[in-house]
Amino acid sequence: MNTPDPRRPYVRPMAGWWRRNPFFVEYMVHEATALFVAAYALVLLVGLLRLAQGEAAWNGWLDALRSPVALVFHVVLLAAFVYHCWTWFRIMPKTMPPLVIRGKRVAPGVITACGVAATVVCSLVVLVVAWGATR
Amino acid sequence: MKPIPRRSNAPVFWGLFGAGGMLAALFGPVLVFMTGIAVPLGFILPSDAMSWAHMQAFAQHWAGKGLLFVVVALFMWHAMHRILHSLHDLGVHAGAALKIACYGLALLVSIVAAWVLLALGF
Amino acid sequence: MADTSDTGKRMRIEVLRYRPEQDAEPFLQGYDVPYSDDMSVLQGLQYIKDWLDGTLSFRWSCRMAICGSCGMMIDGEPRLACKTFLRDFPAGSVRVEALAHFPIERDLVIRMDDFLAKLESIKPYIIPKEARSLAQGEYLQTPAELDVYEQFSSCINCLLCYAACPQYGLNPDFVGPGIMALLHRYNADSRDGGASARMEVAGSEAGVFNCTAVGYCSEVCPKHVDPANAVNQNKTRAAGDYFLRLVTGKGGAK
Repeated sequence: MNTPDPRRPYVRPMAGWWRRNPFFVEYMVHEATALFVAAYALVLLVGLLRLAQGEAAWNGWLDALRSPVALVFHVVLLAAFVYHCWTWFRIMPKTMPPLVIRGKRVAPGVITACGVAATVVCSLVVLVVAWGATR
Repeated sequence: MKPIPRRSNAPVFWGLFGAGGMLAALFGPVLVFMTGIAVPLGFILPSDAMSWAHMQAFAQHWAGKGLLFVVVALFMWHAMHRILHSLHDLGVHAGAALKIACYGLALLVSIVAAWVLLALGF
Repeated sequence: MADTSDTGKRMRIEVLRYRPEQDAEPFLQGYDVPYSDDMSVLQGLQYIKDWLDGTLSFRWSCRMAICGSCGMMIDGEPRLACKTFLRDFPAGSVRVEALAHFPIERDLVIRMDDFLAKLESIKPYIIPKEARSLAQGEYLQTPAELDVYEQFSSCINCLLCYAACPQYGLNPDFVGPGIMALLHRYNADSRDGGASARMEVAGSEAGVFNCTAVGYCSEVCPKHVDPANAVNQNKTRAAGDYFLRLVTGKGGAK
């Protein structure tokens, strides 16, 4: 025998959920850095294609990089990558097992700071190597 | 109780997402700065740093090839995995077609990059 | 019972009402409640039920952040009503709604059947690694071994982390933050040997990979559990299980 269920649970819609809380707005912004990472990968891929097409094509690509639009675009890209870097290391303490050094658990802030410091070191090393190889 | 769903294949894509994300966090800012700002303006680095001769030599060396491939491919896998999840967040839920489109684009970029790098010779 | 001696202060409490037998959808109903600085939001609701509107439904029990019954959305944030005070809303009004991402059973009462079924599925008890007889004595554990899982054992099943998790809202099949914190509490226990059995859930399509590391679950936890950490540590474990099985032919998930 079927008796109708008097329970009529109401499921609320999710549309626009990320606008309901500043925490979620920030999440959507840092997720959106992926658009810029993809854009940069495509810029580099086009560069590789131009490199394979010969010297004239490659120089055309270099000229395009010097245009004001390209420069402004790369400043925006740089901002997005820096924000990606910061948010990536900010969440990192939550993604790893507890790190214990000399019997004490390393604080989340220290892990984030180490990550950012690693980026600074990597950046300097790359710059110095590139400068040494091309000057 | 509902049966437990089958094992997820996400570790493959999550692994590529993580590797690309770490690479983009550590080296992304300096690469963008070099290729998009410093060299075009001749600021800090010489403006001929990415000259035809320099870049041919770099892309023909096995290590240079490897670096270029890893950067282009992993950045793309990282980005497309995140974009797929962001579409889900915005209510565009990942069916097979959307997954194939997102991961397929990353795969296509990886193949094209590998093909170009091999075509550049050693 | 809240002290009704009039301090002259009034709080406008807007409550999301839903009475399934007569309402097609939820609606906000406002009540003016006299309050003093020591009154919690829960006491405000109790005042409404006792003096203004006896039809209002909400869950509560301990009044001291132990039982996990009175979780609700307070001005849009998942909070325990007993641990949130009316004095902290100086504008003179506060909006109270049922916990987000759960079906509303009635007024502020949500339907948690889904959570309870998932809780059972992860075997939330110690599955001894090695059987010991009474004569062999107790299972010993060092302070360092305790420290690995202790915070995760503080979970009171209040569901605030679920109301904070958009991925659970978008896909209710996702096991979610709280269950993963409990799963990890047992997996990380040195006496437990059930990790591979629980991997069937953690590594499944309903498992950890639905998480996009929003991290809000850990922000709202009233007991300072870090569910986001439990979920993400198990992404690494599930990925290890995924790839290692190709080598060893073992692994918990199907």
